Amino acid sequence: MSSSVEIRSAPHIKSPRSVEMIMRNVVFSLLPVCAFFVYQYGISAAASILVVTAACLLTERLFVRLGRQSGDLSDYSATITGVLLGLTLPPGFPLWMGFVAGFTAIALGKALFGGIGFNVFNPALVGRAFVQAAFPAAIATYTPSFLPGRFTEFIPSSLAWPLMAPADTAAWLKGMQIDAWTGATPLAKWKFEGTLTDAGDLLTSLAGHMAVGPSPALILLCGAYLALRRFMDWRIPAAILGSAGLTAWLIYAIGGTKYPDPFFMLFSGGLILGAVYMATDMATSPVTPRGMWLYGSLIGVLTVMIRYYGGLPEGVMYAILLANAATPLIEQITQPTPFGKGASIRAGRSATYTLHPDYISREEAAAKMSKKRFFKNKPKKP
Amino acid sequence: MNVANPMPSATPAASLVRTLGLVSALCGVIIVGAYQGTYEAAAANRRIALERTVFKIIPAAKSMTEWQATARGIRPAGGEAAEGAIKFYAAYAEDGSLAGIAVEGAAKGYADVVRILYGYSPDCQCINGIGVVATKETPGIGDKIITDKAFLANFKALDVKLDQALAKLANEVKVVKHGSKTDAWQIDAISGATVTSRAVGKAINDSAQALLPILLPEIEKLRKKES
Amino acid sequence: MKDLSQAKNFDEFMEGIWRQNPVFVMVLGMCPALAVTVSAVNALAMGFATTFVLVCSCLLVSLMRKLVPKEVRIATYIVIIATFVTVVDYVIQAVSLELYEALGAFIQLIVVNCIILGRAEAHASKHPPATAMLNALGMGIGFTIGLFALGGVREILGAGKLFGVSLFGANFQPWVVMVLPPGGFFVLGAWLLLFAAIRRKKGIPPAESKGCHVA
Repeated sequence: MSSSVEIRSAPHIKSPRSVEMIMRNVVFSLLPVCAFFVYQYGISAAASILVVTAACLLTERLFVRLGRQSGDLSDYSATITGVLLGLTLPPGFPLWMGFVAGFTAIALGKALFGGIGFNVFNPALVGRAFVQAAFPAAIATYTPSFLPGRFTEFIPSSLAWPLMAPADTAAWLKGMQIDAWTGATPLAKWKFEGTLTDAGDLLTSLAGHMAVGPSPALILLCGAYLALRRFMDWRIPAAILGSAGLTAWLIYAIGGTKYPDPFFMLFSGGLILGAVYMATDMATSPVTPRGMWLYGSLIGVLTVMIRYYGGLPEGVMYAILLANAATPLIEQITQPTPFGKGASIRAGRSATYTLHPDYISREEAAAKMSKKRFFKNKPKKP
Repeated sequence: MNVANPMPSATPAASLVRTLGLVSALCGVIIVGAYQGTYEAAAANRRIALERTVFKIIPAAKSMTEWQATARGIRPAGGEAAEGAIKFYAAYAEDGSLAGIAVEGAAKGYADVVRILYGYSPDCQCINGIGVVATKETPGIGDKIITDKAFLANFKALDVKLDQALAKLANEVKVVKHGSKTDAWQIDAISGATVTSRAVGKAINDSAQALLPILLPEIEKLRKKES
Repeated sequence: MKDLSQAKNFDEFMEGIWRQNPVFVMVLGMCPALAVTVSAVNALAMGFATTFVLVCSCLLVSLMRKLVPKEVRIATYIVIIATFVTVVDYVIQAVSLELYEALGAFIQLIVVNCIILGRAEAHASKHPPATAMLNALGMGIGFTIGLFALGGVREILGAGKLFGVSLFGANFQPWVVMVLPPGGFFVLGAWLLLFAAIRRKKGIPPAESKGCHVA
């Protein structure tokens, strides 16, 4: 298929910044997060990430072969999908379900839309949403972190036979004799039992046996690296965390003790991971600066609303998917005004407006503007 | 469009009416025939389905009669159902003695209203066994209320004693968190299906609160099967 | 002469089963196809109920095709279809209450299934009774096959069973999503993809949609 000579149309900008290069850096920035996850949960977590990523790569390969869409494994995008998906699943998630999740993520979330760059929804979240609907019990089964022997022994549910139900994790955990164990995530504990976990503990994820994902502090650090090197726009995470924190704080200030404090909301669940790595996916988020703020705030507000008033304890996934769906609309209403065209375009915004060649020529637009003004100020006929 | 020939071939109205009338009459005959032909079997099916649920809850039962309770007391169902009447079924053992009473209850679950039938034993003033009449709860989670053995074990001698004045339950039926049942009137919820478990508890509580104060004083009426 | 008419009859019959399959080619009657196909039994029952209504209505429509003035033909067809739907409704209640509750409102909704009105209008009203019935039977069986293809897959994945018989043993992990409405869309989409791939491979152009609204 590929030839040694690439023919492209202008502009011929030579820059080291290619899709491949950005994606590679995202993968690198995810490596510490993965390492931390494996440190928390041992070989089960490592196997889970590997299987999900392998499923994504295989599916990508299959569809690139079958269809006529562009895409290459070396562009790392399927790898990112796989790693992110692996990080959002519970560490003891049965490996065969992880494979299903990876396959669905690429097949349903990406290939059906036409491959890289054409997907409407974040593929990793599509995969997760599918297994959330298909295996609701397994995806809610978390194990506490830092179990003894986590580097020598798999969590039994990981090794379930394909199509078969996983082993009972709760019984296995009881056998471990850890005091104060619980398989519920901090969010589920808050939602169903009304107990809060300390926000500081959540931020580091290092205190004791908690059923949490990789440390939010570490994710923020890795995200900061990406943002500083301009591989990611800082506006989206900032808008998500800002709006989520603000909404949670408002409800906390008005509703009082019934609701958790905003820091708990920010550092629990997958909000940080979602804000930094999921919502910033380039194909599915707006490109206009104002659009990014709008998109981010939508995710933040929706997340808090779903967590408080929805049936499930976690809402980041659905919030991001909904905002993905709203992205084309957001981009349409936040088109930037071309330089020097302020008034005339604002006036014409109610009509259909695109970056039409007409507007690029200054003189012409000025002529139009004066014409308009003339008509506007024209005295009405008696 | 064509002004010269606005209606190419108009049929007289009388003919249209005649055709429609004919077709309707024919169809009416077919429907009435089908209704008559299947009425008996359908009614029998419905009765069997209800009996099967009642007999499953009250294993000793061999026959049953339908009753209804109003503020003025209880009477056998039949004829017009009174306003706000609560329906229940008295089930009798083979020798004609009262084996138990099946009562319907309903409460909002996770997806839709969960309708259940529970068996009330007047002798111990407790509930023995429940059956689900209709549920649209999430398959695999909410429908554990039908299959989960630990949950169903709650309904062996679930206490619904009335208080001294026979006006309400001495202890409300309460659904508690999985693994924290301490008293005979508590229901241990299914872990992961708390909402549906609560619906079952609420359905039993609401229906028992309404019915039992009327039913218990007149329980003697039900003791022997009327022939 | 006889051979020719036999071949033509066979064509009439096979039209609905393969070339113009209501589910996979015409994409008609999607509402029951998605809603009641959580199990193979439900799918077959719905398919047979629809087939019965289809065949009976087409027979009656074909018999009356010379009597009915065209101004009131749609009204007549609807009355005829509604009649047979009511008959089916009573019969299912008499046969099995469980099945009746599983199919729910979708039995009554056969009346607006556009396959039936479509066949009555497009075929039965222009052909003699025998041909009309043959065609309707083919369409009905094609619809049943389509529903079964959905229901079978959904029951296998969603419950690990087929016709209530366990396939994978007691330890099977059901895919809950398959018995929920989204599962219907996923499975239908997968089948349509497969048929589109077959058509492309054979070089048949994509079928143009010639249905009425999707009921």
